[in-house]
Amino acid sequence: MDFSLTEEQRMFRDLFEGFAAKEVAPHAEQVDAEERPPLPILQKAAQQGFLGAPLPEAYGGAGLDMLGYTFLLEALGRACLSTAFTVHAHLGLAAMTVLRHGTDEQKERYLPALASGERIGAFARTEPAAGDDLGRLRTRARREGDAYVLDGTKAWVANGEVAGLFVVFAQASGGPTAFLVERETVGLAVGRREPTMGLRGLTLNTLYLDGCRVPAENRLGAEGEGGAISRAAQDRSRLGLAAMSLGAAQAALALGIAFALQRKQFGVFIAEKGAIQGYLADSQAEVAALRHLVAYAAWCADQGEDYTQEAAIAKYFGSQAALRIANRMVQVHGGAGYMKDYPIERWFRDVHALDLAEGTGPVQRAIIARELLAEKGIAVAV
Amino acid sequence: MDFSFPPEMVAFRRMVREFAEEEVRPLAAVIDREDRVPWETIPKLRQAGLLGVPFPRDYGGAGLGEMGYCILMEEMGRVCTSTATLIGAHIGIGAMAIYLGGNEEQKRKYLVPLAQGEKLAAFALTEPSAGSDAAAIRTRAIRQGDRYILSGNKIYITNGSFADIISVMALTDPALGARGGATAFIVEKGFPGFKVGTIERKMGIRGSATAELIFDEVEVPAGNVLGQVGMGFIVFMQTLDIGRVTLGAACLGGAQAALEMAIRYAKVRERFGRPLAHLQAVQFTIAEMAAEIEALRSLVYRTAWLVDTGQPFTKEAGMCKLLGSEIASRCVERALQIHGALGYSRDFPMERMVRDSRIAEIFEGTNEIQRIVIATELFREVGVRIRP
Repeated sequence: MDFSLTEEQRMFRDLFEGFAAKEVAPHAEQVDAEERPPLPILQKAAQQGFLGAPLPEAYGGAGLDMLGYTFLLEALGRACLSTAFTVHAHLGLAAMTVLRHGTDEQKERYLPALASGERIGAFARTEPAAGDDLGRLRTRARREGDAYVLDGTKAWVANGEVAGLFVVFAQASGGPTAFLVERETVGLAVGRREPTMGLRGLTLNTLYLDGCRVPAENRLGAEGEGGAISRAAQDRSRLGLAAMSLGAAQAALALGIAFALQRKQFGVFIAEKGAIQGYLADSQAEVAALRHLVAYAAWCADQGEDYTQEAAIAKYFGSQAALRIANRMVQVHGGAGYMKDYPIERWFRDVHALDLAEGTGPVQRAIIARELLAEKGIAVAV
Repeated sequence: MDFSFPPEMVAFRRMVREFAEEEVRPLAAVIDREDRVPWETIPKLRQAGLLGVPFPRDYGGAGLGEMGYCILMEEMGRVCTSTATLIGAHIGIGAMAIYLGGNEEQKRKYLVPLAQGEKLAAFALTEPSAGSDAAAIRTRAIRQGDRYILSGNKIYITNGSFADIISVMALTDPALGARGGATAFIVEKGFPGFKVGTIERKMGIRGSATAELIFDEVEVPAGNVLGQVGMGFIVFMQTLDIGRVTLGAACLGGAQAALEMAIRYAKVRERFGRPLAHLQAVQFTIAEMAAEIEALRSLVYRTAWLVDTGQPFTKEAGMCKLLGSEIASRCVERALQIHGALGYSRDFPMERMVRDSRIAEIFEGTNEIQRIVIATELFREVGVRIRP
């Protein structure tokens, strides 16, 4: 057992935290109010090399492992969840999917562009009638000579409005299959943006594929491999959401502590009240537990082990903890917590997305139970 | 023991339900989006006689007592939390303070037009440094001949930006503090020196105006003292007790709406080829929501019965507010989870309900204050006096 970080890990963590505090956090309120994707922040992140952090150096990345990547998301999640979601959709979902499942040629073609921010990545799996249920995909991929023709509609595509490269899932004759679709491709159209309660800097769009011709060389993996590609992405997605939850939970807690130390009622700072201390203590305990869950799941991933269960546990506990903590800290603020003048109001709206993305709490519980029973040789459907 | 509602209450609920569905529900999303008061609803509420429901007919009310008022708030809470909040601040605390603390002349002059809905009321207690610690108010009232001069600032006052008549708490004797030194006043918006300050931008209940009120040497006739000089805190605490019962009723409506939406969605949305209704996780969640709502319903209407039969209800009022707001928030959060990402979209009412429901755990005494109120009563019964 050794809980210490290497010098390099510490360096990256400090670098990410410094960047998030200096370049991201100050804009979080504006990103929310104006509902604009944080493109200037992404540009700065790209200049620092953060948009390719977990990609190999050969492709313009920094070669970070999963633990290092969770440091990036934790730091961004602590500053601005809209920005953290944007970066995670780009890196954790799109770029790392290309890295893991792409051919050398595909990696050479797309990873440097993703790492430099020249193309932002997006992941288009969900459909209006199918969430993570790939067996029910209605988007079709029909082979025509040296190309596939894609037809269908995707929903809730994160980064839809800003993406230059989409990882699109469609039903081919050999089963669910992933494709790399460039934004300029004829037949691809980005549709309406979802207006959302929080995460107002993240663009979530409908994506239309209408006779969209994708060269066969842009097929990611083999036909029918879409399920495995999607599952690997889900594990990464959940681990990333857990790291973002850890960041958001700390941000909310810090706001609650600061408020409790300046607000006086009954002649004392409310931080001196037992009830408030209880809220702070529960929150800190949850942050501490979550930190270990995130680090352990990332360590499992870095060992090359199957970490589906660990990622689901970290995501489940993390998103619920972030919700509970933001909720408690609104309560610590009292009436002020309901007003837009105080940032905790934004955090309350934003943290709900941590639960709703990539399977809500009950879905994570079902996955954890499935993994647990599978260890006993019993197969159950989620 | 008879748990059935009398026929006139059943008829009243039917009328209110119809009104709520036809006049209030269609505007709920509009006023949230436009961040504005539902002005067009107010004359309709007046015509329907819904702005004075609990007050005796003698004073222009509908004479339906606390039970009728709870029915009104439950039905409004079911369709639009902003509108319920507007009505609650008008009837339950603004006008209620005059009903509970006013003399006959004050009731004739102020309660009658409020109960008839010709005028609208607000209740001004909270100040920048006096939230949960309401006794820490600083607004001063200094006697000058036959008038009082009020100076100070009130914040987070529901209906404050447009109310015609405001029940205001101020210190008449700072040396005595709130208990003995605080007095309630009836202030008209036209009194010179009265100004509306900042209107808050909020997470939810955006159709309810939350305003700062500025009292810049406002002259108030001595005849506008509510109750006795120095006894304002008692009048206001009694008023808040009533407000808490009906806030619980509004939460009951909100929770009920969340349950209805969860059931409707689980019936139609499929996952892996079957409606969500067939998933045990969803079934259990919905069962828990329904059980909590049923418990809340019993608590709210039993407390209304305590009020209407003249029995003590302070402890139960705190419970209505505490459990009501927490059950409503939990039910709304669970319904959101059943809706998944779709519930996060502003195209659907779910996300507004999440934002709207959250305020009930905070206003009219935070839930921490409710716990203190309940514990104070419990310990009082065994001779122990606790301090917040």
